[in-house]
Amino acid sequence: MRVVCRGFALRSVADRTALIRAGDVLLFSTLRDEHVRLPYFLEYYRALGVGHFLIVDNGSTDGGAEYLAQQPDVSLWRTKASYRQARFGVDWLNWLQGRYGHGHWTLVVDPDEFLVYPFCDTRPIRALTDWLDGCNTRSFGAMLLDMYPKGPLDAVPYRRGQDPLEIAHWFDPGGYTIDRNPRFGNLWIQGGPRARVYFADTPRRAPALNKTPLVRWHRRYAYDSSTHTLLPRGLNLTYDEWGGEKASGVLLHTKFLDTFPAKAEEELTRGQHYAGSAEYRAYAAHARGTPDFWCRWSERYMNWRQLEIIGLMSKGDWA
Amino acid sequence: MSLGIVMLVHEGLERAEQVARHWAASGCPVVIHVDSAVPRARHDAFVAALADLPDLRFAPRHRGEWGMWGLVGATQDAAEILLRDFADVRHVWLASGSCLPLRPVQELIDYLDARPDTDFIESARLSEMPWTIGGLDAERFTLHFPLSWRRHRRLFDRYVDLQRAMGVRRRLPDGIEPHLGSQWWCLTRRTLSAILDAPDRARVDRYFSRTWIPDESYFQTRARQFSRRLESRSLTLSKFDHQGRPHVFYDDHLQLLRRSDCFVARKIWPGAERLYAAFLTDQAGAMTRKNPDPGKIDRVFSRALDRRRHGRPGLLMQSRFPSEEHGQARACAAYSVFEGFADLFEDFGPWLARRTGMRVHGHLFAPERAEFADGATVAAGALSDSAALRDYNKRAFLTSLIWNARGERQAFQIGPRDAIADIEWDIARDPNAQVSVISGAWAVSLWRAGGDPASVRRTAARLQRAEAAHLDVLRSQWSAAQLRIRTLAQVLDAPTEELHAILDGVGTVAPQGIGEMPRMVDLTGFSGFLRRLGPEATPPCLAGALRPGARPQRGRGIAPGRIRPVSGA
Repeated sequence: MRVVCRGFALRSVADRTALIRAGDVLLFSTLRDEHVRLPYFLEYYRALGVGHFLIVDNGSTDGGAEYLAQQPDVSLWRTKASYRQARFGVDWLNWLQGRYGHGHWTLVVDPDEFLVYPFCDTRPIRALTDWLDGCNTRSFGAMLLDMYPKGPLDAVPYRRGQDPLEIAHWFDPGGYTIDRNPRFGNLWIQGGPRARVYFADTPRRAPALNKTPLVRWHRRYAYDSSTHTLLPRGLNLTYDEWGGEKASGVLLHTKFLDTFPAKAEEELTRGQHYAGSAEYRAYAAHARGTPDFWCRWSERYMNWRQLEIIGLMSKGDWA
Repeated sequence: MSLGIVMLVHEGLERAEQVARHWAASGCPVVIHVDSAVPRARHDAFVAALADLPDLRFAPRHRGEWGMWGLVGATQDAAEILLRDFADVRHVWLASGSCLPLRPVQELIDYLDARPDTDFIESARLSEMPWTIGGLDAERFTLHFPLSWRRHRRLFDRYVDLQRAMGVRRRLPDGIEPHLGSQWWCLTRRTLSAILDAPDRARVDRYFSRTWIPDESYFQTRARQFSRRLESRSLTLSKFDHQGRPHVFYDDHLQLLRRSDCFVARKIWPGAERLYAAFLTDQAGAMTRKNPDPGKIDRVFSRALDRRRHGRPGLLMQSRFPSEEHGQARACAAYSVFEGFADLFEDFGPWLARRTGMRVHGHLFAPERAEFADGATVAAGALSDSAALRDYNKRAFLTSLIWNARGERQAFQIGPRDAIADIEWDIARDPNAQVSVISGAWAVSLWRAGGDPASVRRTAARLQRAEAAHLDVLRSQWSAAQLRIRTLAQVLDAPTEELHAILDGVGTVAPQGIGEMPRMVDLTGFSGFLRRLGPEATPPCLAGALRPGARPQRGRGIAPGRIRPVSGA
């Protein structure tokens, strides 16, 4: 009911959903003022073989909405409603997924998140979803991996259309903590550079990194909070408990570019984020100095195989 | 036209058309069975698209549900058409729509021409089969299976349980000895006709139509009865995972397939453009006969299976999070823990690092911070030295450190001051942990720190209790670590032997008596300190053993002449 009501806050700007074909992988995203990132974002996921983009624009003023509305494979909705009250956009996307995603593989990512999965350099995403179908698997986990540049965030400006990994290509290979959430059965993953630099004294408050962004959607499914938790609970079991490894991917999180300090300040004023924007408050406090996540144990990103060897993701039994 | 193809198709119709044309172009007649689950419109379009091929037929449609009789029925019908309409066919090849010929078809024809009487069908007696699917092996043939496992899983299981409870045991038809094998075969006209025209076919078909997965047993069993020369192997490369699903080949398997030396592979992902392009259009280069390495495919898939079932021990990650019973707390590699050594030997850590090549940390679980080697604030894996982060999840901290430093053995110290309450059990139960303890050695540091006697006495009592509780954990019945626990008194009796023992334990070859040894703390006055501590605070392991006045001479250092002391000793 709640989800349905939230749906009414959405106003369709460009509806190309008639172009969606059976079997298409659909990408859902909520964004605000991300124009500079959009060209590369679309390019990346088109190359993976995403069939259609369904995007909710939460009141952008930077021309990003107009840009999206012109794209041939994008359907755009607009809302000025509160991001927080829509449970950080989840209600909007649940509604859209229920309406357009039923029976499709749906991918929910932010414009700064880039999905990497086993063999993604040689196999399109349809190869993955076909394989998951063959395994009767309905969901695929991909943890968030925070990427950062070496040196201050603002040292290298990000240009429109550029691969953000050209700038932010370092990550923490270890130092992640995992706890099983007994209520929903999902793993709660924290750690990485944000915990190391911003939450070294308050690790409990460090952002969650576990995500299940790729799901063969059914209209009865719902994301509970962001893409960290799914209902029904069985969808959260993207891990093996007997010592084996299931296949998993990584969402390369390229939040930390020169655009970040300004964004953090702005989001802090809007106060629309999780836990009273505590995360952004911590960022803003640090970002005024010279934030540098890099340390001598930082790893430079090369490809998915590297992440697999390090143990951040797994091929499982996909060969 | 010695080779004819029976092709079972249920998806990827475009690819099936491509492959059918490929067979036909080499002069092989093809009979296609399209699963009745394929919608009529798609079926009709498929038939129309292939209408230009004169030597191509379509068989009556069955529902080929996995594990059920439909696939066998479809194969029988299609094979009958093939044998009836194409008198020249001597070998019949059973393929699916997702099979892909890897070598030029003419090579296959030549190969079969050279073996005109041979049937190629994997066919092994039940007792010889290394694998089974779904836990049903002998019962495939002794129970009734009228239900689809895919569609009525629960009912299927119930019905099996019921039959087991009732002691149902079907009788095999006369002359039938069940054999199993890959469902993809190549049979001679002679054998296939014998199977299709057998006088007892109706009875045998009725029997097999109620067995489980008859497409893996019907022809395999019957060929044994009628074949004159049978090679029990499939010419189709087809690999299965642990749940009986076929492995799928993608574009990045091109080199692997090129070197496989197999005639046909399945199953190919319909989107594998490069594979279809390479093997169907470029015949000359389809298979490079240089250095065929068919075993490599096996290795790739068995590694994948191993990864799925056993994973990488000691790795905790998003898709591998074993429960407690399955080794959540276990590290990925051996590591060493030292307790009390740094109290007794100056420069113990640097010495150990030099002699063993281990990465020797200080007290990783010190209350203030994780004391990484060389005073670093970040360790392998970008692990922070923050006590709060470490204490948030100590198990993650330790397993992550050992995992990220794999290849370099890690060592660290533990003392009674350290916050080990929720990590000591992990260490004690981990067979990877090698724990060397000098119990009571903390008293040496306490003595050297000095301070007000009353508070020293209190501290001593507290540390002693902490140590006793910790030793109980290490010695508990669940302990799996390699333990070496000595009292301070024992070590003082033979310090060199103790140091050699720990070097040996780490696996470094340090010739006895040669090489530098760490300097022992000067213990002059230590026995007096213990006496003043009083009996209630004196570690039991020290009381009595450390006789007043007995130690000072030994305590001054290591016996000269046996070991070269560290400079300045």
